[in-house]
Amino acid sequence: MKFQLKIWRQANASVAGKMVDYTIDGVNPDMSFLEMIDVLNEELIRKNDTPVAFDHDCREGICGMCSMYINGRAHGPQKATTTCQLMMRHFTDGETIYVEPFRAKAFPIIKDLVVDRSSFDRIQDVGGFVSVNTGQVKDANNLPVEKEKADMAMDAASCIGCGACVAACKNASAMLFVSAKVSQYALLPQGQPERKIRVQKMVAQMDAEGFGGCTNTGACEAECPKEISISNIARMNREYFSAGLLQD
Amino acid sequence: MNWFIKAFTSTLGRKLVMSLTGLFLIAFLLVHAAGNLQLFHNDEGMSFNMYTVFMTGNPIIKTISYLLYATFVVHFLQSVIITIQNRKSRPQGYVKNVANANSKWSSRNMGILGTVILVFLVTHMVNFWAQYHWSEIPKKTYYTITFDGDEIHTAMKDTVQNIYTREQSMQMQNPTYENKVTDIKVHRVKDLYKTVEIAFKDEWLVILYLFGMLALSFHLLHGFQSAWQTLGVNHRKYVPIIKTVGWLYSTIIPALFAAMPLYFYFK
Ligand code: HEM
Ligand code: FES
Repeated sequence: MKFQLKIWRQANASVAGKMVDYTIDGVNPDMSFLEMIDVLNEELIRKNDTPVAFDHDCREGICGMCSMYINGRAHGPQKATTTCQLMMRHFTDGETIYVEPFRAKAFPIIKDLVVDRSSFDRIQDVGGFVSVNTGQVKDANNLPVEKEKADMAMDAASCIGCGACVAACKNASAMLFVSAKVSQYALLPQGQPERKIRVQKMVAQMDAEGFGGCTNTGACEAECPKEISISNIARMNREYFSAGLLQD
Repeated sequence: MNWFIKAFTSTLGRKLVMSLTGLFLIAFLLVHAAGNLQLFHNDEGMSFNMYTVFMTGNPIIKTISYLLYATFVVHFLQSVIITIQNRKSRPQGYVKNVANANSKWSSRNMGILGTVILVFLVTHMVNFWAQYHWSEIPKKTYYTITFDGDEIHTAMKDTVQNIYTREQSMQMQNPTYENKVTDIKVHRVKDLYKTVEIAFKDEWLVILYLFGMLALSFHLLHGFQSAWQTLGVNHRKYVPIIKTVGWLYSTIIPALFAAMPLYFYFK
């Protein structure tokens, strides 16, 4: 397969970037999008050019490191798919493909397609955990959890923190990410002691990082590679308002 | 108090304010639309003009109307702050962005739709509200006669006179006859109906109204259900109901309002 690539190149945060055209030929349809960029980079290195910097790690859709805004969509056009799992057969031969970094004030560009998502880490650091060690696996039924809640908590916990929600949102809002983290603990018994303080601290940190508000467009949910539901955002709203209004 | 202020200046708190004010405006518009249906009565504006007297005189309604003005101002100011903050969150946009693939147009353009509504609203207030409250508008007389225990409302002086003289002549012929007219009330009220009638002969105003209602419809197609999501009401039991009611509201109410200028323009 052959493609025209338009890739965002930017040496670092302090210089202006621009879209640069590349042509790549002989792409195997069963390559992932990242492997296609790998091939391009080998070619660039051979020509003594600077390879395109991009984030990746597991390449199997679980670490949340890969990013990229491909053809106007976070992680490209394929539903529920990370960039590392996006295959070139999903594109048409000869197509022009736009590749840009995730864009948000809270995700400053480091280089090319690599953005700094440590704002997510800082949100996690203020409350996205249970403070005490919960110990060994308990006997079954020692700590009963309703099946529905366990399932919802599991769904929320499947968030890989990639930032596609922020990238897709017109407000660069991190609500889907934060709400998934808040929900995951709010639904389980281990999360209860810190339930109120957690949501307040995480929302405060999210605002401090410069993420936007939620307009309920639903873009995040549609683009999330893990299909996290915006019902988590509704839950976070409930948690936040009740934490504020019904403080002990 | 500190947590209270914080709760209302956070992204979530600001959104809560948008949602509550929005829902209050939705409730108001329902009443406003129902009341304005009086415009369609072909009775020289009697129902409508008497209704405006009731709406501007009743102290409870007056109190609610001040709350309503405040609600508009808060909704507007908060929307400006939110929109500016949201724009700041992405200083550099995408070269290629296919937003239609993941969200509806109306949900992404609430600020623009709101601005159109605002322009409409200012014109609307200047045309009717300010006229009614601040300037001399011609008055019209209506009559209520109590005939045989029933109240009859009319704009026609002749009708009143005819009934009364007939009763009097009956009495003259037969002294034991009891005059069935026990009461006649005369109301002199501001003829806002006439103001409306004249205003909607202007095609530009009609066009502005239609445009305003179109914007309102799209604002609510997103806003109605969005407000509930903001409040945290998202449940598989309620979402379908909210979506259906929201869709019905967002199409029917603006259509009713749009019918009013059209009715007078073609009348
Ligand atoms: C004065 C003109 C108006 C302006 C400038 C305005 C502006 C806005 C904006 C910008 C939003 C979206 C905020 C966000 O990004 O989340 C919004 C939401 C909303 N507006 Fe308006 N609006 C106006 C009038 C109205 C009217 C007349 C109604 C109702 C009859 C209304 C009902 C709503 C509702 C229900 C929402 C959704 C709240 C939520 O998502 O929680 N607005 N408005
Ligand atoms: S590289 Fe780990 S999710 Fe894509």
